[in-house]
Amino acid sequence: MAIHEKSLIAPDHLLTSDKLVIDGVDVSGHWNTMIVPRYVSDYDPDFYETIRKYGGGENVHRCWQCGSCTNSCTVYAINTDFNPRYWIYLTNLGLKDEILKDKDIIWQCVSCNKCTNICPKDVRPEGVMKALQHWMEDEGHVPASAPTRFDAEFTRQCLARGRIEDSEVMLNFFKETKQDVVELVKKGWLGVFVARMNKLPLLREGKIGKFLARLPITGPLKMGWAMVFKPRTKSWGRTGEVLQAFVEEQRKLKHG
Amino acid sequence: MAKVAYYPGCALEGSGGPYDRSTRALVDALGLEMENLADWNCCGAMEVKNVHPMLQTYMSARNLAIASEKMGFDTVMAPCNGCYHNLKKAEYELATSPDAMKTVQELATKADDPVYKGDVRTVHLLEWLMEELGPEGIKARLARSLNGLKIANYYGCMYTRPRQIFPEKDQGPGSESSYKPHFMDDLLAAAGAVNVDFPLKTACCGGAHTLSDADTSTQLVLNLLQAAEEAGAEVIATECPTCHSGLEMHQVRAETQFGIKTKVKIVYFTQLLGLALGLSARKLALHENVSDSLDLLHEKGVV
Repeated sequence: MAIHEKSLIAPDHLLTSDKLVIDGVDVSGHWNTMIVPRYVSDYDPDFYETIRKYGGGENVHRCWQCGSCTNSCTVYAINTDFNPRYWIYLTNLGLKDEILKDKDIIWQCVSCNKCTNICPKDVRPEGVMKALQHWMEDEGHVPASAPTRFDAEFTRQCLARGRIEDSEVMLNFFKETKQDVVELVKKGWLGVFVARMNKLPLLREGKIGKFLARLPITGPLKMGWAMVFKPRTKSWGRTGEVLQAFVEEQRKLKHG
Repeated sequence: MAKVAYYPGCALEGSGGPYDRSTRALVDALGLEMENLADWNCCGAMEVKNVHPMLQTYMSARNLAIASEKMGFDTVMAPCNGCYHNLKKAEYELATSPDAMKTVQELATKADDPVYKGDVRTVHLLEWLMEELGPEGIKARLARSLNGLKIANYYGCMYTRPRQIFPEKDQGPGSESSYKPHFMDDLLAAAGAVNVDFPLKTACCGGAHTLSDADTSTQLVLNLLQAAEEAGAEVIATECPTCHSGLEMHQVRAETQFGIKTKVKIVYFTQLLGLALGLSARKLALHENVSDSLDLLHEKGVV
């Protein structure tokens, strides 16, 4: 029988001979199209256990595939390739190669928690997305994603001082991801943003009185102060070191 | 009236400055009492848990422990959704997992920090205002009306999801709804605003990736801005510094990168309530918002 739903089958699994005669009957062309049988033997039955060892992935094995996560997903609404239900299915089957086909988008989870909120089995899919991303980064399948770098910079400041400082997080992130802040301010949206923050449009329209009345002072002063004298928790003491040691100990315990 | 420990968190000390200032002014004007949480630390925001979930649990629990052990408070009040969410999450996790509680207490002993015992609760500023005053209490203190200003109330993700960590929500009349939150609507309506029928109250602004996946965030914020305008809103009221900055930032980005202009103004709900109580725009730091709402508010006769 001719195969019409070819889009559902990987192209290299479709076999068609241009010339073929069987028992004197000419079945050349699409009349002889066959699907190459697929034997998946390279799956990893323990893969879900690997993912359960990552923070957030602990409940991945509980999934019964209702699809509520994907249905509610913020990112799925923008890009239908972003499919948490499918990735959880693949995780539980151990089909790593299939997951890796989507390796460049899994990091895009925005942590809105709609999936975790609605999941009837408490799988916590938001956590599974983070676990999958960390596994891919640890195994070298993908470079550290932009959010992973952001998380690292943020955590570094927290562990060091107990608190973060907004501009330091932003500037170090731009530097880390090789974005030119000066260019962004000069030509990009950031410049317009800063101009509006400082009410420059009013100045340009010649509304000097309004401009002076609305020019922010306390905020920028406070921020400038914080850039020089970094906010810190005075009683932080050894807390950062203790937490750092705990994370390293856990990492060794779980991932060897 | 119960005095609470005020946990501003990092954002309110930085980019969310106007929220901090308007919160303090509002609480003062309402005659409520709060005391700064002594020498607090970051709650872990949305980032730290991705390095290790226990880091966030510990950092949040440390703040709760400061409130009870060092200050003798049983309630921490946080106006930031991120802080509120993390403290609630720690509260839930440590109440339901003896293992997690043991780890937190051991770490605290090792680090010579106050030890969390599970005897502190966290409330959002909205919940605190509803608990102490409610719409009637606000009405009794009004100096002027918000004059029918049309508002879309935006609550974001962290105030209601996942609902499991907010056991006090969805408890029938008087309680907050995780599906269709209304506390901000109730307070602003009491102050004379008209709440428009805004369908995206708890939609996501992409705050977690506001810089690292800017295009996605711009798209999500545009959904919010356009839906608010479609619903007839002049103002979007916010109750989270990350949402607020995200909306301001991506409103500009949508305009400059994609040429899509929206004119709805973004204002903290504390600033709007403060105006209704007769506080000056300057005291509420309205001029320090990026989204300049002062012309509109003048026009409406509320400034």
